[in-house]
Amino acid sequence: MNKKVKQAIAFAIFRLLGFLVVGVLFCILGFIVYNGAGVISWEFLTAAPEEGMSAGGIFPAIVGTLCLVVGSIAFAFPVGVMSGIYIHEYLGNRWIVRVIRVMTNNLGGIPSIVFGLFGMALFVNAFGFGDSILAGSCTLGLLILPLIIRTTEEALKAIPDSYRAGSYALGAGKLQTIFRVTLPVAMPNIITGLILSVGRVSGETAPILFTVAAYFLPRLPSGIFDQVMALPYHLYVIATSGTDIEASRPMAYGTALVLVIIVLAMNLLATATRLHLGKKTKQD
Amino acid sequence: MKGSRRVIKYIAEGLFTLSGGITSFAILLIVIFLFKEGAGLFSSPTVERGYALCVHASNPTRVLDAREIKRAFDGEASAWQEIGTGEMTGEIALLRLEDLDALYPGEMDEAGEAARRRVEEAIGDRPGVIAFLPEEYLPESEEVARRLETGNVTGVEFFAGGEWQPTVAPAARLGVLPLLLGTVWVGFFAIILALVPGLGVAIYLSELAGARARAWLKPTIELLAGIPSVVYGFFGLVVLVPFIQGMFDLPVGESALAGSVVLAIMALPTIITIAEDAMRGTPRALREASLALGATHWQTIYRVVIPHSSSGITAAAVLGIGRAVGETMAVLMVTGNAAVIPHSLFEPVRTIPATIAAELGEAPVGGTHYQALFLLGCILFAITMAINLSAEFIAARGQKGGGA
Repeated sequence: MNKKVKQAIAFAIFRLLGFLVVGVLFCILGFIVYNGAGVISWEFLTAAPEEGMSAGGIFPAIVGTLCLVVGSIAFAFPVGVMSGIYIHEYLGNRWIVRVIRVMTNNLGGIPSIVFGLFGMALFVNAFGFGDSILAGSCTLGLLILPLIIRTTEEALKAIPDSYRAGSYALGAGKLQTIFRVTLPVAMPNIITGLILSVGRVSGETAPILFTVAAYFLPRLPSGIFDQVMALPYHLYVIATSGTDIEASRPMAYGTALVLVIIVLAMNLLATATRLHLGKKTKQD
Repeated sequence: MKGSRRVIKYIAEGLFTLSGGITSFAILLIVIFLFKEGAGLFSSPTVERGYALCVHASNPTRVLDAREIKRAFDGEASAWQEIGTGEMTGEIALLRLEDLDALYPGEMDEAGEAARRRVEEAIGDRPGVIAFLPEEYLPESEEVARRLETGNVTGVEFFAGGEWQPTVAPAARLGVLPLLLGTVWVGFFAIILALVPGLGVAIYLSELAGARARAWLKPTIELLAGIPSVVYGFFGLVVLVPFIQGMFDLPVGESALAGSVVLAIMALPTIITIAEDAMRGTPRALREASLALGATHWQTIYRVVIPHSSSGITAAAVLGIGRAVGETMAVLMVTGNAAVIPHSLFEPVRTIPATIAAELGEAPVGGTHYQALFLLGCILFAITMAINLSAEFIAARGQKGGGA
């Protein structure tokens, strides 16, 4: 009896905690959605900021973030996938794999501001890129590299060895097996990782502070050596240091909501991709 | 045909190999570049580059350190007995370029022979002077005015210094202690706040929740880990900060407490996910053995499941700390950023990442301040690296030994 009561109390507490924590997290989302929903309009999404960023829209920031996403993925995706292939298909299970894996995990654990410092020292100053899309993309690319490598590795690990054996038995070489058999089967999971890293890149602020982000730049970039505005930095700026913080609050809520929507959309898309592509490969 | 295929094979495999080492290479580069930019700090002068401190030639004082210079220029020390070696006595007279401008209007606009003569004149008139001037205004001879040796920034000053005032003239104060303690302070309370609810939710998810509740709770929590930190910071700024200010009746709501709460919320998903994975890894046989002995579900959880997954839970806590220590934007937005050694939760504090983010934009590239910020980056890198490696070590030990 006594231990039953104890159990009932303990479980009640855990249930309560569970709902409380999830409730708090939902409150945050709900708050952003509630305050931001009224701000978002066609004009907000397609106009440049005006009147000390208290009116107008966030179009340049959206374009800037898009540029950074494309740039960083263009760098990190091929390198990350090749790295994953090398680790899983070529190194197998040697000690070096453990070293590489520890390094990859560590790179993933480095604070984003340190990436910002590094990007500034290497890309902006040493390579002479200046504050530019190129420098920002390289910095963000490094940041998401561990995520892509890890998902590639996991995806390759999930493929049964019989696939590879079957391919070899038909006379295919190692490279052919990778490109014709393993990679296509692993692709849905790899794409999922890619989509998630798009969400990550669009929300990072610290790495772009000193490598690309512009405080206010209404015109659109014309090349990879231009500075751009970016959504997360824009939110930071209008939330903390605008000319009239109170007047620009609605803009801040709108920007925050756009960021949240991007992350939500990327997560949904990732799930959908996994389900859809997964089904397709099974049917083939 | 066969030859070209072999070339393609070599190229592709070469690329794979190169990519395989990229993360190790990147970490190496990060270390090299952070230290390269930061290491110059200990060979850069205490006094702002291009400027010098001068005293009257009759003044026996040769050397002043950064703290003494600051006390003199802040007016905390008004007599020479209070600073330096004590050989010099009398009032301290401060002399800056502005003062000279007021004395000789129009004559100090550009550095030249005339301006230098005026400097000499002004210093000659004041035996107790300390002049802080750009180098090009210094008289060439040392008959009247002598340049003070101010030395370089020292390791002791940096690592044990209690004041962070990187932009004060003439000598910036670059003591890292307030920032380091601020980071630890905020991170420590964040983890205290996050650990109990986080583990509670992990237990709920892994042991109690039905399949359906789990199926939508787990992805939701993982999704919340993906919300950008600047959004959490914004939420903290508009909701939490005014709330804390009102509730505890504080002059400003931006405080260590606000930072800790925001960080705790942000660390929750990390802690929950990792701890839950560890608990679910408990072998079924262990649970069933416990239940078969007559233990209740709850007894099984805290006598079997939790001890078995203790290393995973520890790893979750450690990684949560890592996340809290390195977090930049949210902390920058809600802690108020006062670089003082923290005494309570209700005062503004400043963390290392927030300092870098707030100040690097204004620090001239290659200057003392810039180098100091890169050294802060090195410290942060070392701390998080240590945290990550120990989390990895703890988790690996758990897997090998099968837990406690």
